[in-house]
Amino acid sequence: MWQAKKTRQGGYAAKLSGELNIYNAAKLKDELMAVLERCTSLSVDMSEVSELDTSCFQLLVQAKKECAKAGKDMRITAHSPAVLEVLDLYGMESYFGDPIILTTATDR
Amino acid sequence: MAERPQDTFFEESNEMLAAMENALLALEQAPGDADLINSLFRSVHTIKGTAGVFGFDGVVSFTHVVESALDKVRAGELELTSELNTLLLSCRDHIAVLVRHAVEDSVVSDAAAARDRELLAELRQFASVSTQGAVAAVAPEVKPAAKTGGVVPSVGVNNKNWHISLRFSPEVLRHGMDPLSFLRYLTRMGELAKVIFVNLCNCSLQEMDAETCYTGLEISFCSDADREKIERVFDFVREDCRLVVLPPRAKIEEYLALIEKMDNEQDRIGEMLVRCGALTQRELEEALSLQGSARESAEGEAPRLGEVIVDRKMVAKEVVDKALHRQQENQGKTVISHSIRVDAAKLDKLVNLVGEMVIAGASTKLIAHTLGNSRLMESMSVMSRLVEEIRDSALRLRMIPIGDMFNRFQRVVRDVSKELGKNIRLEVNGGDTELDKTVIEKISDPLMHLVRNAMDHGLEAHAERSASGKEEVGTVQLNAYHDAGSIVIEVADDGRGLDEERILTKARQQGLVAEGVTLQQQDIFRLIFEPGFSTATAVTNLSGRGVGMDVVRKNIEALRGSVDIESEFGQGTIIRIRLPLTLAIIDGFLVTIGESSYVIPLDMIHECVEMESLVNTGSGKRKHVNLRGEVLPLLYLRDFFAIDDQRVERENIVVVQFGSTKAGLVVDNLIGEFQTVIKPMGRIFRDLKGVSGSTILGSGEVAIILDVPGLIQEVAEHNVAVSAGMNERNAMTVWH
Repeated sequence: MWQAKKTRQGGYAAKLSGELNIYNAAKLKDELMAVLERCTSLSVDMSEVSELDTSCFQLLVQAKKECAKAGKDMRITAHSPAVLEVLDLYGMESYFGDPIILTTATDR
Repeated sequence: MAERPQDTFFEESNEMLAAMENALLALEQAPGDADLINSLFRSVHTIKGTAGVFGFDGVVSFTHVVESALDKVRAGELELTSELNTLLLSCRDHIAVLVRHAVEDSVVSDAAAARDRELLAELRQFASVSTQGAVAAVAPEVKPAAKTGGVVPSVGVNNKNWHISLRFSPEVLRHGMDPLSFLRYLTRMGELAKVIFVNLCNCSLQEMDAETCYTGLEISFCSDADREKIERVFDFVREDCRLVVLPPRAKIEEYLALIEKMDNEQDRIGEMLVRCGALTQRELEEALSLQGSARESAEGEAPRLGEVIVDRKMVAKEVVDKALHRQQENQGKTVISHSIRVDAAKLDKLVNLVGEMVIAGASTKLIAHTLGNSRLMESMSVMSRLVEEIRDSALRLRMIPIGDMFNRFQRVVRDVSKELGKNIRLEVNGGDTELDKTVIEKISDPLMHLVRNAMDHGLEAHAERSASGKEEVGTVQLNAYHDAGSIVIEVADDGRGLDEERILTKARQQGLVAEGVTLQQQDIFRLIFEPGFSTATAVTNLSGRGVGMDVVRKNIEALRGSVDIESEFGQGTIIRIRLPLTLAIIDGFLVTIGESSYVIPLDMIHECVEMESLVNTGSGKRKHVNLRGEVLPLLYLRDFFAIDDQRVERENIVVVQFGSTKAGLVVDNLIGEFQTVIKPMGRIFRDLKGVSGSTILGSGEVAIILDVPGLIQEVAEHNVAVSAGMNERNAMTVWH
């Protein structure tokens, strides 16, 4: 579900996959914390996430918030349809500050 | 919430499905009844709605098509023909299947999926229902929300959207609910003009609990739906969230109230409201400055908003009061409903506690009597009355009317009558008779069997009926009524009745009755409850296999009930089931034999007589006495329970009655009425004869509760075996 590797200058690139739901939320939190402690920037690839629920989503939101406070850059680089749907419903398309190419968000 | 929310969904859906079925069946009788059609539509709509909240897409997409068809019926565009009615009944069955799959989270079988397509295709034939899923069809034709602009009226907010403010309880995720599903569902009722995700987490990521909900929502929602409909979306999290729904063009005070409510996040929420377009910046500033100045003038203490407004003489006090009052009313409305669901285990616990209280009360009363303190006794008697009332209401909590179960048979009768090609009408009487829920659940299967039997064997075919001068439509009746402390349920038909000769011949062939033995009519009828007995010449897929009636009897006896048959050849049959009213507490009558105490259920007692007044000769043990010209068989409990004491001089007879049989129980002393809680007997005592349970007396002693039906059976069996010189086998077939 979570693979992270170091890129240059203390940045990390993580790839999330599979189901991100309440059953995995605790694990996701641990992984996020472990990386956030060390990284200077974090990019998250969510292109292979099949399910995203509120428990995991709020972790990502909080992670982003803390990154912003600490001057770190956290962004989501790729989205699966499941992730897009959640971002769309919550109206959070722009929160992670990343380019999203989609049609549904534009008519908001 | 103790149970899974899915279970609530399941129960509610089942209720709705039952309502749907009832409406459909009633519509066959009264085609075009607008109320029924509305109720039909509502049931389907509710199922779709709740399924939507849980994201059970299979259920939603299917019910949507059904709902659309019904909508056409409601609008008068489509006629509810009997074919359509039949199809809708099949749809109902299919929804039941889908709901079960959804709740069990199991994969829908291929057969069910095929059925899905089949039914949908048929439905579409009736109405050209759009194939575009629920979302497209439901999405209302509303114009995008008009942006605020121009002159803003001073009291109303210029906005066409509903504003929904949601703060979930931290537990909501753990309860298996996801705020996302509500958003998804809202998109089916309208358009989410703007959603603001509120991150309520005040702690660091490290301190966050991964399963706690930190999410709140501010939603600007564009829809034609009314308040009730919107609030109903959140029914399943009612206890788990704080919900505020503000109507379009809400008064500015209501927004202020909302800001006030979210006190600790007021800056942010104000901002959010502006972002939602609920308030314009100017309105917000006005509101905040109002609040701010009030705060200053009160030196840090925030006065209630209502007071602020009144102080500023903006609105007359009455108006504010009224507004507040209405607001409270609205909130009340969301909480109060006509019924609440309670876990059956909780009810049992309550009943059990009340039982303990009854025992404790009896003990205190005893002490009061022993002390002879009249004031204490007086207050105890008030208390006893209250305890009794509590007991009755506690027990009544478990009682439900039997009518709902009876109504389920309408469908069975309808289907079976089509299958058999007979014209059958079901009449239900006494549907509001109440009895214990567990009993109702357990009696449903045996009843089903009896009803099917009545239709298949009892009622004749059309030709036969008209030949014997009967009405062509056969009638099956389900009756329920109270009788002498028990509930009687009757399954009656006006069919051909039982043929004594044929039953007896068949029984002789099968070796159930020896040649040359004559039996009473009642006993002959009872033969049909013997395992393997069937007089039907043809085996249909409904009945006739000779299994079932014995199971029926066993099930009923397991509930401490009994079955009787009354039948007249050519006229019909009545099968009468007698069941105890409740299973937990009884009004008992305390008697003693030697040192031991026994409790006889009061409602079984007919009268008490002194032995001496009936028997004037000697001390010999008589098997019968003459009670006002009736022969009353006696059972000496001293002998029955093998109590090794001297017989007392003045014995008493307690005359008990069960059904139509009476017997006399011989005991030593009569103590009096006694309210008691049945403590069930342990496993090893289960087969003990004549004992149905035990109880604890006020003094701490244990008393045995007598199983009167069992004892009467014992008396009857004993007498029959002795009287006619029958062999053992016969005695068993007569009554076991």
